[in-house]
Amino acid sequence: MSTHRNVSLTVNGTLHEKEIEARLTLADFLRKRLGLTGTHLGCEHGVCGACTVLVDGRSARACLMLAVQADGRDVTTIEGLAPSGEGLHPLQEAFRDHHGLQCGYCTPGILMTLVEFLRDNPAATEDGVREAISGNLCRCTGYQGIVDAALDAARRLGAADTATGGRGRDAP
Amino acid sequence: MKPPPFSYHDPGTVAEAVDLLASLENAKLLAGGQSLMPMLNMRYVLPDHMIDLNRVEGLDYIRETGDGLEIGAMTRQRAVESSAEVGRLCPLLSEAMPFVGHRQTRNRGTVGGSLAHADSSAEIPTVCAALDAVLTVRGRSGAREIAFADFAVGFLTTCLEPDEVLMSVRIPAWASGHGFGFEEFARRHGDFAIVSAAALLEAGPDGRITRAALTIGGIGPAPVRVAEAEGALIGQSGSEDAFADAAETCRGIEALDDIHAPACYRQRLAAVLARRALQKAWSRVGAH
Amino acid sequence: MSPKLMGESVRRLEDPPLLRGRGRFIDDIVIPGMLEAAFVRSPHAHAAILGIDASAALALSGIHAVLTLEDLKPHLRNEFLVVGLPSASYRQHRNRPVLAGKEVVHVGEPVAIVIAEDRYVAEDAAQLVAVEYDILPAVSDCRDALAEGAPTAHRDAEDNLLAALEMGYGEVDAAFAGAAHVFRESLNIHRGGSHSIECRGAVAAFDPATDQLTLWISSQMPHATLRVLVDVLGRSESQIRVIVPDVGGGFGPKLVVYPEEVAVSIAAIRLARPIKWIEDRREHFVATTQERDQYWEVEIAVDGDGRILAIRGEIIHDHGAYTARGINLPQNSAESVPGPYLVPAYRMGAKLALTNKVPVSPVRGAGHPQATFVIERLLDRVARELGLDRAEVRSRNLVPAERMPYTRPLKSRGGVPVVLDSGDYHACQRAALEAAGWEAFPARREAARAEGRYLGIGLANFLKGTGRGPFEAVTVRIGTSGRIHVYTGAAAIGQGTKTMLAQIVAERLGGDVGNVTVTAGDTAGTALGIGTSNSRVTVTAGTSAHVAAGKVRDKALAVAARMLDCAPEDLEIDGTEVRPKAAPGRIANVGLTLAEIAHAMAGTPGYTLPDGMEPGLEATEHVILNETPFAGGTAVAEVEVDPETGGVRILDYVLVIDCGRMVNPMTVAGQALGGTAHGIGNALYERMVFDENAQPLTTNLADYLLVSATEVPRIRILHLESPSPLNPLGVKGVGELGAIGAPAAIISAVEDALEPLGVRIGRTPISPPEIVALIERGRGQC
Repeated sequence: MSTHRNVSLTVNGTLHEKEIEARLTLADFLRKRLGLTGTHLGCEHGVCGACTVLVDGRSARACLMLAVQADGRDVTTIEGLAPSGEGLHPLQEAFRDHHGLQCGYCTPGILMTLVEFLRDNPAATEDGVREAISGNLCRCTGYQGIVDAALDAARRLGAADTATGGRGRDAP
Repeated sequence: MKPPPFSYHDPGTVAEAVDLLASLENAKLLAGGQSLMPMLNMRYVLPDHMIDLNRVEGLDYIRETGDGLEIGAMTRQRAVESSAEVGRLCPLLSEAMPFVGHRQTRNRGTVGGSLAHADSSAEIPTVCAALDAVLTVRGRSGAREIAFADFAVGFLTTCLEPDEVLMSVRIPAWASGHGFGFEEFARRHGDFAIVSAAALLEAGPDGRITRAALTIGGIGPAPVRVAEAEGALIGQSGSEDAFADAAETCRGIEALDDIHAPACYRQRLAAVLARRALQKAWSRVGAH
Repeated sequence: MSPKLMGESVRRLEDPPLLRGRGRFIDDIVIPGMLEAAFVRSPHAHAAILGIDASAALALSGIHAVLTLEDLKPHLRNEFLVVGLPSASYRQHRNRPVLAGKEVVHVGEPVAIVIAEDRYVAEDAAQLVAVEYDILPAVSDCRDALAEGAPTAHRDAEDNLLAALEMGYGEVDAAFAGAAHVFRESLNIHRGGSHSIECRGAVAAFDPATDQLTLWISSQMPHATLRVLVDVLGRSESQIRVIVPDVGGGFGPKLVVYPEEVAVSIAAIRLARPIKWIEDRREHFVATTQERDQYWEVEIAVDGDGRILAIRGEIIHDHGAYTARGINLPQNSAESVPGPYLVPAYRMGAKLALTNKVPVSPVRGAGHPQATFVIERLLDRVARELGLDRAEVRSRNLVPAERMPYTRPLKSRGGVPVVLDSGDYHACQRAALEAAGWEAFPARREAARAEGRYLGIGLANFLKGTGRGPFEAVTVRIGTSGRIHVYTGAAAIGQGTKTMLAQIVAERLGGDVGNVTVTAGDTAGTALGIGTSNSRVTVTAGTSAHVAAGKVRDKALAVAARMLDCAPEDLEIDGTEVRPKAAPGRIANVGLTLAEIAHAMAGTPGYTLPDGMEPGLEATEHVILNETPFAGGTAVAEVEVDPETGGVRILDYVLVIDCGRMVNPMTVAGQALGGTAHGIGNALYERMVFDENAQPLTTNLADYLLVSATEVPRIRILHLESPSPLNPLGVKGVGELGAIGAPAAIISAVEDALEPLGVRIGRTPISPPEIVALIERGRGQC
């Protein structure tokens, strides 16, 4: 019965085993089967980036992956970004300080994109940030608050890194 | 916009994938998914079977060969972007990679997927056309090699038989010290090119051009090698006029007309970008 | 001591859950037993429906129902959504049916609703519903629609003229006859859709035990939605509750009430199951209202010094196939051309054409971007023809600050006269020019020319009536927990409504925004409400919140004074405590908590309340504000144009905004920046394309271009604050301002850059191929 498959994948550190339809997208798997509704759908054709998650640490549009393709993989969503409890990741704190969100709908996708970018580009520049988020559409902010937040987060994460001897980064 | 129902197959080898393709009706191959999934979600394609290549062994590699590079079809675009070998042996491809979509799409999108999808606005096919890439495909009756010029035959159409899977692309390297230049005009960063130009030049010790390749992407149903321009450049010194004249021949290329750009605009862009790509390539001759 | 909160960039209360991905948007709502819907939509722009056969669809496993208009009729008191804002200008009425009956008049019009186990199988079934259509001629271009013998968008119509309006004042024709100069422009203005990143959606649940319908909806106007449902379903308001969850952007089209929510509501009642419908992006292009085309023929008469004597003109406006909101969009455009300028005589007419396209209603800016484009292009023309600096021409015509409040003899749609309440437009323009380096620009341009580069600079002043009345409802209530609850009829759509209201209320009640819970967009929260639009919430809800909080404060202090045996003026509220102000001889540690006061006023059986006191610690306000505060500013854009490709790069953008007294400068800036990005889209990127058969050609985000972070420059914002005399806080609206001036400033800059090549631009947006074509025409080529 190849229209259905058993999948086993780790999401935010927790292993999930489900039987699913093969055509179920990763985005809908996360939202509907796991109840992780922080990953949002804005276009379902791979342009707006609202559905961005990390798959094995790499950003991907969850609307363009079938959930079966994530079998055996390690997925991180927005729900896995903040440390447990009431705290916020430095990137999230920076967004709050710099008004990097308004309606908040594109925000999870942008945050996950920036997690990867800042991990790979600790010395982020404004042009670099804008290019990094050019695959994420926002209709509310005009991007400036997001850019300011990302640059500030780079500083904070760099400072944390220095303080812990280069191993303190919170990125998943 | 949800995908239609289909049966899902994820073969572990190329042989299995070929068998599936040969035996199943109305089947589509799924590589990176960055082109196919949007079409699926919009129900522009309604396959009964999806054959997922992401578990097939042995198609994800970048290898130096005797005369250049070989890249497996399932190699992620991101790996090509960050590859030192590609930067050294095929810098034109390296230069084009950051223009290919966005980071998220390059993380999943594959070299083979882009080539097989055959959108002439895409950077990878355009660059492969300039480089005279050779593709290796495998079908029921075995493997064969196809020159890129024979591979991309029309709008989103290749000469792949229904039972054939693209396995790899071989790119012969240009001589050490060659010049390369990639130019594109797109409406926004990361968009498909409205028109792109890929140029390669080699020059002799007398400063005259000994070899030239110029491809225009996005102008026609397949990337266009501008033989007239290439021929005109052989033996020339790298003057602005030489490049401008060569580039002008691009105005005569038959061009697509769509909501983004009329044909005459594409022709004009082709000439402008060809000139800029050639000048950029010339500025790099002998530099490395 | 209570900290000052007005004017502080308080970090938003909305942020933490949104940052964590724990917002609750419409598609996040899950109710046990919930089914999902998909709509069968017309693929034709105009056709008769001969029959609908759902048998193949119903045969699919997982399909619960396929409902057409016939199936919905028993539940409908009114088959049509009669929603249009009133006006005497209508020539015909075209209200949307709840589902198409015998005729479809635009691609995307809903014909049937499919209810299924999930959206995947609902879409499978929708593809199988066989609708037999007889295709009819469609009318696409709004100018063609008004031509003699044009096909009619509706079968039974005699023509396509939906409405004609005219407005003006003064002796216009005499002014033209005697003018030193008259200049004429033909302007072609296009705006596109909302494209909030979250599309529309609704979840309806019906409880037969209480006969109550609850509708969650991603909407800007819950009370208006409720009133339409009352009308259409024939239920009373106590039988319907509308709740707006987190909304991923509205921008105008989410204030419209649509057929889909009515169909979903009836399906929920009929099937006795909760029903969810989430719009996808392709639907958003063909089923959610948008703006589109206006064609303007305008003339300006000026004296020898470039002072405006009169403006007159005609607009042809594309209304779409139905009236989804009203005619306020072209009305705003026609009314707002004078803007911040002195225009002694004015006449503008508009003809609204029915076309076979999705209905038109306001998107952020609501007609003002168009009007601003018109006046600013006219002033650029005057400057060029008279050899004057463009800023100088504007300066000569701006309403001077000393004439505030300035009455323009023009009536707004409710009969309210246009009165510019406060503002210093000259100061705005001066500040913008200085920040942008306007004076030094010619030198920058020359330096660039020497390198073969084309630089240009453009300027636009803009103005909008904000805070449209007549009121917004706010209840402020302190519960026995000591927590301050604020309820409002305004809906929060991402602009920071809750933080804004919390600041205003907390400033009067203890200064701790963390002690304020704001509930917006729930019809159970306030009996009345109007909703979010027109940049109105800060003004209307802010004013009601301020007054209500003041009344609660007065009451709390009066009760506390009674209980502490002192005078109310000796007391202050600090956090959740009411205690004597610091003064010599004050007894320390004497005080009451808000909780204790609320307890005292809640009433205990058999015990009297303090003399003359009304129970409870709450107040509800609907402060009537009929006059609109005018907010505006100046935008200056500096661009580089590549004449070989037609590519435009914005090098610098300065925006001076005056929205009166600011509650939260950080969120004000956010609104201005977001609006500007939208305006950049309207200048250079966004075009909703239809073919001659009214088939939409741009139905995805790869073809319809929204700006990303690489297309928007760093924008420099400066704030001026001219408080409004029209409300106690002196506030004005801001949400739409950024979008209003951007196209005018940018197009002016692009034209300026290409001036050496003889290019004139009379359209927005403009694309690279269009720029190249203009250059070639200017050179006598092509």
